[in-house]
Amino acid sequence: MSADPNAIPALRASPPPPLRLPRRALGLVVPALLLGGVEVAVRAGWVNGHLLPAPSDVVASLLDLGAAQVGGHVVASTLRVAIGFLIGALAALLVGALVGLSRTAEALLDPSFQALRAIPSLAWVPLLLLWLGIDEAPKLTLIAIGAFFPVYMGTLSGIRDVDRKLVELARLYGLSGATLARRVLLPAASPAVLTGLRNGLSLAWMFMVAAELIAATRGLGYLLTDGREMGRADLVFAAILLLAALGKLSDGLMQRWEQRALAWRDSLGAAR
Amino acid sequence: MSLLDIHVLSKRFGDRLVLCDVKLALRPGEVVSLVGASGCGKSTLLRIAARLDKEFAGWVKGDSDEGRAPDIGVVFQEPRPFPWLTVAQNVAFAVGAPRADERALALLAEVGLAGHEQALPKQLSGGQAQRVAIARALFTQPRVLLLDEPFSAVDAFTRMKLQDLLADVARRHAVTLLLVTHDIDEAVLLGDRVVVLGSEARGIVGEIAVPATRPRSRRDASLAAARARVLDALHEAHAL
Repeated sequence: MSADPNAIPALRASPPPPLRLPRRALGLVVPALLLGGVEVAVRAGWVNGHLLPAPSDVVASLLDLGAAQVGGHVVASTLRVAIGFLIGALAALLVGALVGLSRTAEALLDPSFQALRAIPSLAWVPLLLLWLGIDEAPKLTLIAIGAFFPVYMGTLSGIRDVDRKLVELARLYGLSGATLARRVLLPAASPAVLTGLRNGLSLAWMFMVAAELIAATRGLGYLLTDGREMGRADLVFAAILLLAALGKLSDGLMQRWEQRALAWRDSLGAAR
Repeated sequence: MSLLDIHVLSKRFGDRLVLCDVKLALRPGEVVSLVGASGCGKSTLLRIAARLDKEFAGWVKGDSDEGRAPDIGVVFQEPRPFPWLTVAQNVAFAVGAPRADERALALLAEVGLAGHEQALPKQLSGGQAQRVAIARALFTQPRVLLLDEPFSAVDAFTRMKLQDLLADVARRHAVTLLLVTHDIDEAVLLGDRVVVLGSEARGIVGEIAVPATRPRSRRDASLAAARARVLDALHEAHAL
């Protein structure tokens, strides 16, 4: 509102750079303290290293497995997440847009999808194993199911929450149907859609582990099972560590995409 | 012969009768101010004229065809920019969203926003956003511009600047204006005639011609006289 020309540069000035690094580093304090504490506790003999391995031992086990094997597990899991997420998210975007845009489609499909959403995801596992065997197909399907619902809900609520006034304005320009959807409804819904995609991706990682715990010969879920069966907590921790790193990495990428795509938003998050 | 002919036999919201037998014709090139107490249905009448509200008994006739949307530009009380488009893209919304449309840039310069073409709506002040809304409404080269209390959300100084801007662009683009406002000074300053709409579906209770020449000055004595007559009409209509 202010027309004061001095106000604008003051608002635009970025925070002084020395503030940035410490704030980012702040997030590392807790993990560093925790890991350091465990290391000390194990080395001092306060806890059993077989149950709670020292971080250095976990790293050593990873190095022991070798880059090829660790890389193989990581690639196998990541590929499954990527493919399953893509299938699930794409289907959810299409169905969500259809249900959001068409009253008939909403009346026809939404109740069924809400019912399907209520099914605990792991309940699908026996069925998927029965139908699809123990190959890649049931795993990808389970991951896709996991990714589907957050994206579906995000797309749907995004379209439902579009400002009526913007739609009215678009109608003044004679926009309707697919053009209205492409030029107004979908851009306006994009914040909720992107939130849905982010949630979907994190659920895809979760479902990947569930799928691999059941039947797999490669992947981080397999590494978890293997570690448990051989009583090697260090392997279990190694797998958990990798899962945390991969999940954080993929979410970080999504977050950057979100911030870029939604730079137009006039919100607290966009101003940071 | 008129550009836009509005005749509302009746308009109801539920059980409440809002407009009853209201006739309003816009002649080419004139500026009509529509005033009345809040809730008298003046915004409703404008929405009917814009064909945003079709649930009423009566008709709206444009002089060309069925008065398709592009023939009419609308500026709302809130600027309503599409927040994900740049200022220039917002102005050129009617032709898709190209990065830089020549006419959009020219219009932006005309409304005093040169240099803000690539800005996002969130970076604009309220007054600037309303300038964008005016440029956007003019982009389709409409013959009629409908404005629904367009300056009621900005401060007094910005309002005066925007009123001058509106009078200026209306003349330059030879566009006919229907201005809904609750600001009597504004109605008189901008209007060739001021139409007073009565409350409780009384219909049009008065019409005051404003003979002052253009460009007008706020200090013009004939404006004060017209203002007094608008006030009288509002008093008679029990709006005050």
